[in-house]
Amino acid sequence: MNFLNFDKKLIPLDDWVQSFVDWLVFNHRDIFQAIKVPIELCLKGFQWIFTELPPVVVILLFVLVAWRFAGKKIALFSLITLLLVGYLGLWEETMVTLAMVISSVFFCALVGIPLGIMTGRSDRFEVFLRPVLDAMQTIPPFVYLVPVVMLFSIGTVSGILATIVFALPPIVRLTSLGIRQVHPELIEAALAFGATSGQVLRKVQIPLALPSIMAGLNQTLMMALSMVVIAALIGAGGLGNPVVQGLNTLEIGLATIGGLAIVLLAMMLDRITQSFGQR
Amino acid sequence: MEQTAKIKVRNLFKIFGPHPKKAIKLLEQGLTKEEIFEKTETTIGVQRASFEIYTGEIFVIMGLSGSGKSTMVRMLNRLIEPTSGQVFVDGEDITCMNTEQLVKLRRQKMSMVFQSFALMPHMTVIENAAFGLELDGTDKLTRETRALQALEQVGLEAWAQSRPDELSGGMQQRVGLARGLAVDPDILLMDEAFSALDPLIRTEMQDELLKLQAKAKRTIVFISHDLDEAMRIGDRIAIMEGGRVVQVGSPEEILQNPANDYVRAFFRGVDPTNILTAGDIASDTQVTIPITDGKNPRAGLQRLIKNDRDYAYVLDSNRCFQGIVSTDSLRELFEKDKSQQLIPNAFLEGVVTAKASDSMQDILPEVASHPWPLPILDEEGKYLGAISKNLFLRTLHRNQPEQLAVAEASDGEQ
Repeated sequence: MNFLNFDKKLIPLDDWVQSFVDWLVFNHRDIFQAIKVPIELCLKGFQWIFTELPPVVVILLFVLVAWRFAGKKIALFSLITLLLVGYLGLWEETMVTLAMVISSVFFCALVGIPLGIMTGRSDRFEVFLRPVLDAMQTIPPFVYLVPVVMLFSIGTVSGILATIVFALPPIVRLTSLGIRQVHPELIEAALAFGATSGQVLRKVQIPLALPSIMAGLNQTLMMALSMVVIAALIGAGGLGNPVVQGLNTLEIGLATIGGLAIVLLAMMLDRITQSFGQR
Repeated sequence: MEQTAKIKVRNLFKIFGPHPKKAIKLLEQGLTKEEIFEKTETTIGVQRASFEIYTGEIFVIMGLSGSGKSTMVRMLNRLIEPTSGQVFVDGEDITCMNTEQLVKLRRQKMSMVFQSFALMPHMTVIENAAFGLELDGTDKLTRETRALQALEQVGLEAWAQSRPDELSGGMQQRVGLARGLAVDPDILLMDEAFSALDPLIRTEMQDELLKLQAKAKRTIVFISHDLDEAMRIGDRIAIMEGGRVVQVGSPEEILQNPANDYVRAFFRGVDPTNILTAGDIASDTQVTIPITDGKNPRAGLQRLIKNDRDYAYVLDSNRCFQGIVSTDSLRELFEKDKSQQLIPNAFLEGVVTAKASDSMQDILPEVASHPWPLPILDEEGKYLGAISKNLFLRTLHRNQPEQLAVAEASDGEQ
């Protein structure tokens, strides 16, 4: 037998994966549906705030937060951005996207910061997690879009799940980096004064890693925003919709205003969250 | 000083690397540190260290970099786990302690001051000073009061609300010291605590430490590579070389009897006149005359002539120094009236004495300016001996065979 005969497929990995996903969907779909519940709740909450409250309240909220944390200029920029998306007729979509992005970032932080702390403190855990993070960052989202739909069905929640997979790595990596960057002498000093492992974490490592964790949060937010259009493909709604619709029907104008709104929203959120890290 | 052992170190080893047991075996076969590293890729940090640190003393561990002194001090609070051997603190073997006991020991008995200061940049000065108390769960009010007291001791109470990076190096290390003092420890470990400071500030901090130590006697373990520092503040010094403790003793003992060439080389640059005191070198070989009733000057003269000496030291029955007579002054006495022939009348004028605790530096002018050897007395005025010009020079010579070479070398550097 010729070992270098590549005409015939020797390892049918594609078939294996196919049957595995089919098996999961057939036997354990309820588990995945249960995972959806907390995400759905979180999303509903944010969506209620952004869509049910009158736009003027939402605008005021953002302008105030921007003014408080990032200064007058960013506050003004936020005001203009939000007014503009309103006048472009995209208020509803923008608010859905905001709720989606914020929910994604919330869960990314919930999962990512503890994971980052663990990788930061344990070399062994880092060796294990690094390839996973590499995979999450390099696999094109389209590859996991279909299994996500099969397991969680279409809709905004599935969009959020895909977004979490895509946007999680930066916050894990930067949290880990922040923890690792704490000077060993400081940890030694804390131990010398009788700190327990938990006290080292709470009183030294986390406070000193905070700027890095904030930078991670900012990066995660940016990546979540860049998933908006792809998520729209599986029915997530929001600002991705006009873009996808515009592309499908060759309405260049519609796609453009959708894109513009995403960019403006991204800049606004970026500037505001960056200022958190600098404080 | 009452000398009870606060810390006892017994056969302590620290071996870094993959084969510690093998390395200890090879050590016992007499291989050197380098040979063992080549064979096993294992580094000897500390080998077979045994010594005691007394309650209330400043114990300096000195050595060049790589001699294992930093490893040693970290084994005293187990920041570094010893490979074998024991460390007893107040009689308790800390190498057997579990995490809980160890945390308690570090919180309540020992604190540490670091070369790099290691202050928490995200905390204010007072929060830093209160750090040890905070870890111990002391309530906020108590810990701030005590932290402020500690800051007052180092003169930094006005800076309590500043951040460490707003302070100069010297001030930062004062905060480091305050952090160590705030928990009111029995034992203070100081790892090259003043080495990162410039010389003027360093001396100032040493004085500060001595002042603090005079008020509250703590047991201080001070790591240093600076001999002058060790000499200034150390009650006793341990000298380490290649992971071994080669000599332990008071600065004077080590200076006068260095254990080996390494120690001798270490002390080569030292000016012994700053270290050795009059009491260390005074010799009791001069003729002494008991004054009793002062009526037998002739016997005194005979003793001088018999011993071939020019000067005699007159002592009372308690060996308290009274004065100096010479062969000439005694002879003059006999030309006088019989009733005047008392020893005190033959005392030389201009006699000064020195205390045993005076340094050689202090007594140099007196030794040089009188023809007779300088009498040295203890605190109660008792005669201990005398120092002649000859003896003074011999002491200098013995301690500094290469002083000239060193002086030239340091001139060249400037």
